[in-house]
Amino acid sequence: MKTLIPPLVAGLMFGFGLALSGMTDTHKVIGFLDIFGAWDYDLAFVMGGAVLVALISYRWISRRQRSLLGFPFEHADHQGIDRQLLLGSVCFGVGWGLFGYCPGPAIISILYLETANWLFLAAMVAGMWTASGRQITS
Amino acid sequence: MLDASSWQALAGGLLIGLSASVLMLFSGRVAGISGIFQSMIFKSDGRAWRASFIGGLLLGAVLCHALIGKPVPQLLYSNPLLAIAAGFLVGFGVSKASGCTSGHGVCGLARLSRRSLAATACFMSAAIATVAMVNQLV
Repeated sequence: MKTLIPPLVAGLMFGFGLALSGMTDTHKVIGFLDIFGAWDYDLAFVMGGAVLVALISYRWISRRQRSLLGFPFEHADHQGIDRQLLLGSVCFGVGWGLFGYCPGPAIISILYLETANWLFLAAMVAGMWTASGRQITS
Repeated sequence: MLDASSWQALAGGLLIGLSASVLMLFSGRVAGISGIFQSMIFKSDGRAWRASFIGGLLLGAVLCHALIGKPVPQLLYSNPLLAIAAGFLVGFGVSKASGCTSGHGVCGLARLSRRSLAATACFMSAAIATVAMVNQLV
């Protein structure tokens, strides 16, 4: 039971942060990506702030042998930079730019009770399944 | 220059960074939403903590809108076919790339991963190019 509390708290903070920051607002996201037009730079503070905090905390946490609940630390896979990574990311970026949702906001958006959001999330799951859902390893 | 929405973006970003810190410190896990969500659906072990995180994500967004009165965003585009196409591209892409804005863009960059830096460069430029092209056409 106690192993479920940190993920719940982390999820709460993440969801609150996404909604507060404007990441779940497709107007803000498309405005942020429109750097050649009427650029709305606000969302740069989201990634900037998040990376800054995690950069500091990860350094500090990495001195430990195990997590506070006793789990080993999940290590980044040591695959190189391959085609799957690059083409997959390009594919993701095109979808993000077409509609304005990356996965976290897409999940949250089902709360906004719009049909298009439900279709987006269902299609996202179908896309995951097509790519690797049947043989997922991590 | 910095209005209320800039500060909300920064506060949201800091919260997301703290969320990633909590999940790493207690559970030893990377706060990558696409991976957590995909594994929750398609993988049987580890489903409980992942569902706990995703449940927290939804609840956190509800709290943000309900407690501090952040307005529920309206969609920029609501075309159902666009939602399906974009959602599929996002799901397929993040699965092939093993990560999205959170896993690569926040946690990966904070771990100074070269793979994540490459992925982030790809999805950011693809998203920016997509928005620029859509704006040319519309």
